[in-house]
Amino acid sequence: MNPVDYFRIPSVSSRSFKVWQRNKDVFMKDIKLNFLPPFLEPILYLVALGFGLGKFVESIDGVPYARFIAPALIAVSVMYASFFECSYSSYVRMYYQKTFDAIIATPLTIEDVIAGELLWGATRSVINATVMIPVIALFGLIDLKYSLLIIPFAFFGGLLFAAIGMCFTAITPNIMSINYPVLLFITPMFLFSGTFFPLSALPVPIQYFATAFLPLTHIVNVIRILSYGMLSSSLIFDVAWVLFVGMALLVLSINLMKRRLIV
Amino acid sequence: MFGFLGPNGAGKTTTMRMIQCVSPITGGTLEVLNMDVSSQQREIKSLMGVVPQENNLDEDFTVYENLLVYSRYFDIPKDEAEKRVEELLDFVHLLEKKDVMTESLSGGMKRRLVLARALINRPSVLILDEPTVGLDPQARHLIWDKLRSLKKQGVTIVLTSHYLDEVEKLCDRLVVMDNGKILVEGSPTGVIEEFIGSDIIEAENNPELLECLRQKEAKYEVIGDIVHIYADNAREISEYLVMECSLSKISARPATLEDVFLKLTGRSLRE
Repeated sequence: MNPVDYFRIPSVSSRSFKVWQRNKDVFMKDIKLNFLPPFLEPILYLVALGFGLGKFVESIDGVPYARFIAPALIAVSVMYASFFECSYSSYVRMYYQKTFDAIIATPLTIEDVIAGELLWGATRSVINATVMIPVIALFGLIDLKYSLLIIPFAFFGGLLFAAIGMCFTAITPNIMSINYPVLLFITPMFLFSGTFFPLSALPVPIQYFATAFLPLTHIVNVIRILSYGMLSSSLIFDVAWVLFVGMALLVLSINLMKRRLIV
Repeated sequence: MFGFLGPNGAGKTTTMRMIQCVSPITGGTLEVLNMDVSSQQREIKSLMGVVPQENNLDEDFTVYENLLVYSRYFDIPKDEAEKRVEELLDFVHLLEKKDVMTESLSGGMKRRLVLARALINRPSVLILDEPTVGLDPQARHLIWDKLRSLKKQGVTIVLTSHYLDEVEKLCDRLVVMDNGKILVEGSPTGVIEEFIGSDIIEAENNPELLECLRQKEAKYEVIGDIVHIYADNAREISEYLVMECSLSKISARPATLEDVFLKLTGRSLRE
């Protein structure tokens, strides 16, 4: 494939919604189990890090530590939900369950299928954010004024990480190899995106690197500012970054999957 | 009903995938129901049912849900879909399994469910890639019955199979292919008569017999310890051979597609 072809806009139809619906139906079968992680995880982290570790940490930028990490927990959950949905889970559906093969024998095309998967991945992020906001609010760690804006933003952040996951699904030789991007990309992001300490604590070159190449940095920035009940002009840059890179990777991931699956 | 025969790697599945609009065609033109596979994929696929070589049922769902979820991909309204699902489960004798997860079905049941799934959109063309591979005789006969009744309803059926008796029983026309090329095309009986004759006499291989056959200019083939003699009238010829060529152990049987297949594609192992 010519490099330009990887960014050719794929033709996706509204039928991709049927794939979204299929995944939603599977999700709903285990709804209790699926709702447990976004409900429980923030509680565990907030108790351990926010109130435990937080005792030893002075406030950050005038904000108590628990309040500082609470929005990062939402951002991390947005990342994990869609990345894992569109990496391991999509790979299982594609390779082991042959679900995609079955669907492309119907009027749906492979582009529709992948678009449906990506939409579903982003939806998982939205679900997690939606469950976590009230839990964190119960602890009094989020200002509710703009907090609902986090939900639509979680969709676009989710799309970005869904696309990242799908790109790896498209190029991974086997399911074990998805461990590499998790170890080398997702885990460092979890730690170095201004999640548990401000980026300014890192050397300046690393700060620039994180801003340029670690998508989670922007997601954390946006959700943190919204959760403080503020609006700031820096939001425009972060949101634009997420939208622009997200769209580019969405297109790339669909084209990479097409290359993998059309033989 | 049309059959594609050929050894492993002959290009049968590739042909099937091109007909299904899944694999791109690399040359020439291919039309299904007078529509071009490159430009009218959605239209073609909405009128087609597919039974793939590998069962790809949705393991996350029950038998019933499998068909219902699949019906959505064809935009079949829910009421109508529910009616069809019941009918189809009845048709393939799986009604009592409707709430079972598909992974706990037997091989035969899975195959029947895949067939039912392929019929959810009432296709005009049904594509089957080795529909009865790995099934017990009961399950194979049930699938054959279903295919015959579909044929009667006017469905065009295209299948590949390594079971040549299956193709001989079911197909009206067939091609034998190898290395992506069609070697022969015709009806099962037509092809057999053209390449073998109606009967085959099997005799023990010995030099005297071969010499005798050469003199009589008979059509024959040596396969290890035995000789196949191709004939149109087995009884007369075998009597004649017994008298003229001092044959001892011989047996005569009707020629089958398998004989044609082996003659055309050779006896050496593939892959």
